[in-house]
This record gives sequence, C-alpha cells and structure tokens, in this order.
Amino acid sequence: MSAVQGLPVYQPQEAGAGESRTRLLQGYSVATLLLLTLSLGLMLAYAGQDVQQGEVQRLFYVHIASFFGAFFSFGAAVLAGIQYLRTRAARWDTLALAGIEVGLLLAFINLATGSIWARPIWNTWWTWDPRLTSAAVMFLTYVAYLMLRNGIDNPERRRLFASIYGILAFGTVVFTLVIIRIRPDTIHPTVIATQLSTSGSEAEGAFEMSSRMTQTLLFTLAVWIFFVTPALMWWRIRLENAAERLHRLKAQYLEE
Amino acid sequence: MNTPFTRVMFSIIRKDLLAELRSRELVGTMLMFALLSVLIFSFALELDRVARQEAISGVLWVTIIFGSILGLNRSMGMERDNGNMDAMLLAPISRPAIFAGKFLGNLLFTLVVGLLLLPLTTILYNISVISGWMLVILGLGIFGFCVTGTLIATMTVQTRAREALLPIALLPVALPLLLAAVKATTAILNNVPFADWGTWAQILLVIDVVYLVVCVLAFEYVIED
Repeated sequence: MSAVQGLPVYQPQEAGAGESRTRLLQGYSVATLLLLTLSLGLMLAYAGQDVQQGEVQRLFYVHIASFFGAFFSFGAAVLAGIQYLRTRAARWDTLALAGIEVGLLLAFINLATGSIWARPIWNTWWTWDPRLTSAAVMFLTYVAYLMLRNGIDNPERRRLFASIYGILAFGTVVFTLVIIRIRPDTIHPTVIATQLSTSGSEAEGAFEMSSRMTQTLLFTLAVWIFFVTPALMWWRIRLENAAERLHRLKAQYLEE
Repeated sequence: MNTPFTRVMFSIIRKDLLAELRSRELVGTMLMFALLSVLIFSFALELDRVARQEAISGVLWVTIIFGSILGLNRSMGMERDNGNMDAMLLAPISRPAIFAGKFLGNLLFTLVVGLLLLPLTTILYNISVISGWMLVILGLGIFGFCVTGTLIATMTVQTRAREALLPIALLPVALPLLLAAVKATTAILNNVPFADWGTWAQILLVIDVVYLVVCVLAFEYVIED
C-alpha cells in the first residue's frame, strides 16, 4: 500500500486535464451568473405584480427555487452517502459534504425570503406553523451534521458517520415536503398544488398564478436546480480537494 | 459457526440487566431526573386545570426523551469505556444481533421509566393519564426513539464531544416521531374519539418501521473497525 499513516502519497495532477476542467467550471459559472441575472430580470420586470400582495410576492420565485435547490443538494448528499458506504472512496464523501453545505446555504435563503415575505403578509417574521417548524428543524439537522463531522478526528470514521447521518437527516427534508399533507392546519400556502390540496385549507397568502408568473417560476426553478446548485457544489468540491492536497503536501514535506 | 441471533441478543440484554441490577445506575438516574423534570415543569408552567390538560403530554414526552438520552449515553458509553464493544466485535456474532440486544436493553429501561412516570404524573397533576391507548402510544413512541437513539448514541460516544453531541444529533431526527406521539397523547388525554387521531398512531407506526429498517442496516457501519 502506498499509504503512510493513512495519508496517500501525493501525485501531481496532469496539468492539461485540470486546466480544461477549470475552464469548463469557469464557463459554467459565467453561464450561471448570466442566467441568474436573467431570471431576476424576469422576476422583477416580466412577471406581473400580484394584485393583492404587491411587490413582495416576487420573492416567491426565489423562495421556491432555493428550496428545490436545497432539496436536490441534500438529495445528492444521500446518494453520495450511499455510494460512500458501498465503495469507501473519499470523493463520495466530498460530494456529500459539498451537497450539505450548499444545501444549508440554499435552505437559509429559503427561510430568509420566506421570513421577509411573511412580515407584510402574515404580519410577523416568524410563526410556529408546522411547515415553518419543520423547515427550521431541517436546517438545524444539517447544522448538527456539520457538528458531528467536526467532532470526529479519525478521517475514515468521520466520513463513515457523516454518510450515515446525511442519509438519516434526509428524513427531515421529506418531512418538510409532506407536512402540509398530514397537517392541514398549516397557514403556509401551497401555490403549486392548489388544485390538489384539500378545500378546507387554512392557507394565508395564497394567490393565483398568471401564465407569465408560471413561466417565470419554471425558468427560475430550472436556473437554480440546474445551474446555481451544481455550480456552487462544484466550487465547494474543488475547495475541499485543494484543502486535502494542501494537507497531504504538508504531511509529505514534514516527513522529509 | 456464528452464535445464533437470539442467543446473542438475550445474552446482551441479560448482561445489561445484570449490570443494572447490581449497580442501579441507569434506571435510578433516569427516574430521579424524570421526577425532577416533572416538578420543575409544574413550577415553571404554573399549570392550572385547563392548561394542564393541554400541556401535560408535552411535559410527559420531554421528560421521557431527556431521561432516555441520559440512559442512552450511559448505556453506550459503558460499552465503549470497558472495551466491551471491541470484545463483541471480535466475537463471531452477527452485527444486527448486537444492535437488537443493545436496543432492547435501552427500550426496556426507557419503558420502565415511562411506565413509572404515568402514575407519577397522575398523582402530581391530578389528571388520569393511564389508559390502554396511552400505553400503546407510549410504547410506539419510545420504540422509535430508542431505535434511532441506539444508532446515534453508538456514533456520538465515538466523537470528541461525546455526551454533548447526542441530543443535538438525535432530537432533529426524532422530531417527526415526537410530533406524532405528542399529538396522539394530547388527543387521548382530551378524550378525542380514535377516528380523529388514529392517523397519528398510523404515522407513528410507519415511522417506527422505517427507522427500524434504516437503523439495523446502518448499525453495521457505525461499529466497524
């Protein structure tokens, strides 16, 4: 085995492959920024103003898109966790870590925009509604994931436990999604599934969507799911790999 | 070659029971904590007759949960400190059997505490909390909590922060379970007909089964090396 005290020997990456990948990521990031600006433009100028809620309703596009971004990055962490348990390759754990950190950021955006929207509509920044509570618990579960990770020194055990906890934690994401079905007393509106939801809904602040609004929502969702989330995760993975490489070089240097 | 599943399981339960009977550490601490917690809640919430009816199930579950966390930390820490876990891993026994043994031991201790807590709250709060359905929900709730608790405690005792990390890691994961249990308990205490809260019992049962499967599968990974 080429490992010295658990540290694999550093092998310099082929310069060509690394560079082309960097250029690809840079291009991807520029595209993400452009599309994000475009979606903001659509949100502010193309989608009409809501009759009842006024300008603040425009937050809704980011609110939903960031939740689904978080959903997919937490989901990626689950798949990566399962793959790690099967293959024990460290890169899967790096993917899971990136997924959870990016997911936390997006979940925070989701909570923050929701809170800002709720201030004029519900007349409060925060209320202990089932949906809000479950979203907050989801956020805290993933903070607990990072704390658990930091508490373990042995890198292999850290990856192992993190993978398992990352899989378990996804339960709270599913819980947040289904809670409006099992707790109809939530005041959180279900805009997308208005036709599906029961007639006895107590939602406060629901609204009808015009076709322009629907187009804007779909575009924003696509941008956040296919561009913002993967781009952030990609950067995070590169950062982790760079930190890992630095760590290895340090260890190698100290040994000589 | 391998020792049969049930024999391993019962040996571990027997060992835990024997240690507990001789030291009276675990259940004693948990019970004392439960008693204090119930007292503190009654002062802190200044519960009158109406408020009690609504708040009692929350008091009950919070007490059980924190008492159970105390017990879980002790029970898994013991295995770790005395090198027991390593010995069990060296033995030719199946990993799910170890999980089953530890889990059932924890379940037993928490159930004892929960069952003693019922008459205690009945006396101290002057509300009858003992009924058939109450016992079913208590059993289901504690079952799910101990399943996840056993798995997560096995992980957290191997970390630097140890005891401090268990509630942080366990409570969010156990939250769906607690929500269903508290809702069902409140409904029972307010004499709501079963048809109105039956879904909560079903949800509890489903979560129990899902957690059991996931935790048994995951346990193998958290005790290796």
